Amino acid sequence: MAKVLMKGNEAIAEAAIKAGCTHFFGYPITPQNQIPEYMSKRMPQVGGTFIQAESEVSAINMVYGAAGAGARAMTSSSSPGISLKQEGISYIACAQLPCLIVNIIRSGPGLGGILPSQGDYFQATKGGGHGDYHLVVLAPSSVQEAADLVAEGFDIADQYRIPVMILGDGMIGQMMEPVEFKEHEGRKLPEKTWAANGWKDKSHPRRIVNSLYIEAEAMEEVNCQLQEKYAEITKNETRVQEIMTDDAEYIIAAFGTTARIAKNAALKAREMGIKVGVIRPVTLWPFPTEAFSKAADKAKGILCVEMNTGQMIEDVRLAVNGKVPVEFYGTTGGFVPTPAAVVEALEKLKEGR
Amino acid sequence: MAKVFQKTKMLTDVPFHYCPGCTHGIIHRLVAECIEEMGLQDKAVGIAPVGCAVFAYNYFDCDMMEAAHGRAPAVATGIKRTCPDDLVFTYQGDGDLASIGTAEIVHAAARGEKITAIFVNNAIYGMTGGQMAPTTLVGQVTTTSPYGRNPETQGMPVRMSEMLGTLDGAYYIERTSVHDVPNIVKTKKAIKKAFEYQMEGKGFSMVEILSTCPTNWGLNPVEALKWLEENMIPHYPLGVTKEGR
Amino acid sequence: MAKLTIYEDTCKGCGLCIGACPKKLLAIDKSHLNAKGYHPIGIEHMEECIGCASCARMCPDCALEVDR
Repeated sequence: MAKVLMKGNEAIAEAAIKAGCTHFFGYPITPQNQIPEYMSKRMPQVGGTFIQAESEVSAINMVYGAAGAGARAMTSSSSPGISLKQEGISYIACAQLPCLIVNIIRSGPGLGGILPSQGDYFQATKGGGHGDYHLVVLAPSSVQEAADLVAEGFDIADQYRIPVMILGDGMIGQMMEPVEFKEHEGRKLPEKTWAANGWKDKSHPRRIVNSLYIEAEAMEEVNCQLQEKYAEITKNETRVQEIMTDDAEYIIAAFGTTARIAKNAALKAREMGIKVGVIRPVTLWPFPTEAFSKAADKAKGILCVEMNTGQMIEDVRLAVNGKVPVEFYGTTGGFVPTPAAVVEALEKLKEGR
Repeated sequence: MAKVFQKTKMLTDVPFHYCPGCTHGIIHRLVAECIEEMGLQDKAVGIAPVGCAVFAYNYFDCDMMEAAHGRAPAVATGIKRTCPDDLVFTYQGDGDLASIGTAEIVHAAARGEKITAIFVNNAIYGMTGGQMAPTTLVGQVTTTSPYGRNPETQGMPVRMSEMLGTLDGAYYIERTSVHDVPNIVKTKKAIKKAFEYQMEGKGFSMVEILSTCPTNWGLNPVEALKWLEENMIPHYPLGVTKEGR
Repeated sequence: MAKLTIYEDTCKGCGLCIGACPKKLLAIDKSHLNAKGYHPIGIEHMEECIGCASCARMCPDCALEVDR
């Protein structure tokens, strides 16, 4: 397959189509509008369904319905719209339905701005919606990786019956890079015998897609099932990329496009004689705790760089468990860190300032 | 002797949890009878609301989904667009459909989604203990309109059937009542017509059914039927507000 | 000839069927309580029942069955 130059948002949409997504429900919000726009053109071409819903709330509930009926469904939005979806996401997680949710993060909080940010890390990984649940959260750092993770994301969703979030910081959505839609080697997925789409086969009981459990025993049982599932996913699906970490004395922790800047900073630092490596979580949930814990056995310190006021750093600190100092450098408002600024922060960490 | 009337097979054996004399039981039965008579048990997917009918998935003997408060028409849209040959119906109260869910019902109707909304209007919030609903009448006392609904500060009741009837996308909307047997028969006819239109692919349908809430109205079940007839029907006239294109 | 079957333990004693019956044959049976603790409905003169099933159509709990 040849490489095509594509905008991140459009590559995500095309990757979904290629992965067999048949239902897209969304609503306009900058900076992800190209996703619904692209879908409105492509879905009819492949016989799928595109609906511009009346709100993000309605869109996530359409996903709930379609996914509950067995469809490969998705929605996309940006920060404020993802806030609106939280109730629906909690319902989907409890009802154990598969789906893909794309968040192209913009600066916040509140109505915020339309420039890139990573300020929704907490929302994505610590719930966002109410109750004890998790999403699998995938953080691509290039347009190619975004396309690859979309295909993986749908399979993970179907295999484990869990909503999967693609967390794109605002740059991923808007930038254009070469992308190849590779032949995706799909997993062997179980049949959706739980889908409520008409009781045609009477050899099994009718299906009820639900998240209401009034009796404590029943609600507790569901929570136990969810926790077992999350343990299995943590064991099987944690992904992390390590760059130049074998001999690293200092580690930069970063995700998404910020990790590319971190890599540039690490290369600069190496030229200056500082042995720096980068640990880039690809799954933000499940978080690659082990990679950080192991790195902290050898390194002298970790610098966490994010486009927010310090969110992933809490998970890094938990993983490191006090073994070495973990410091933060970040930007907000839509500003993107520069490699030079990251190097400066590294030097501060090195000098113990 | 021949059987003149027995419980429809489309209802499970689970006894209704509704209050004595609550008309939800009648409406559930009519919906179930229509599904059985049309032979659609294997094609029906119902969406339960948040409200007294939150456990509707225990009663209708077909595939069911539970929706978040007000979102049933959006959930129904997702299902119908996945299974276009199924009979997809929502069952919603006045808080679910006319308050938190106004955007969802308006746009499902405007888009002409081929689903049927069964709208149970009893002018009050039942499940949460009797608060004011968008359909509560002027002067009606509820737990959040303790001096009677005051138009100055609490606005006027909403006529959903008339409002949705103005939408070009809606195909069939009728308001009926269940306060006596002749009206129960008319309600069943309306539900069946709505389901038939859906299966013929005609478009969006809604049957608004005036209902009682004896417990929260503070009346016994028989008094409640009378209150409906004397107070609700003048404000919510029975009849068709939209049919055809 | 018509027969009304009353599923006593399903009945909640709401009384809606009483007004529906055109022959006024139904009344709350105060002589005993059902399993739910309600006074169920009762019929004294079954021979006058015409089997119209108005009562069954009015019943919110499917507690009534009619044969004719």
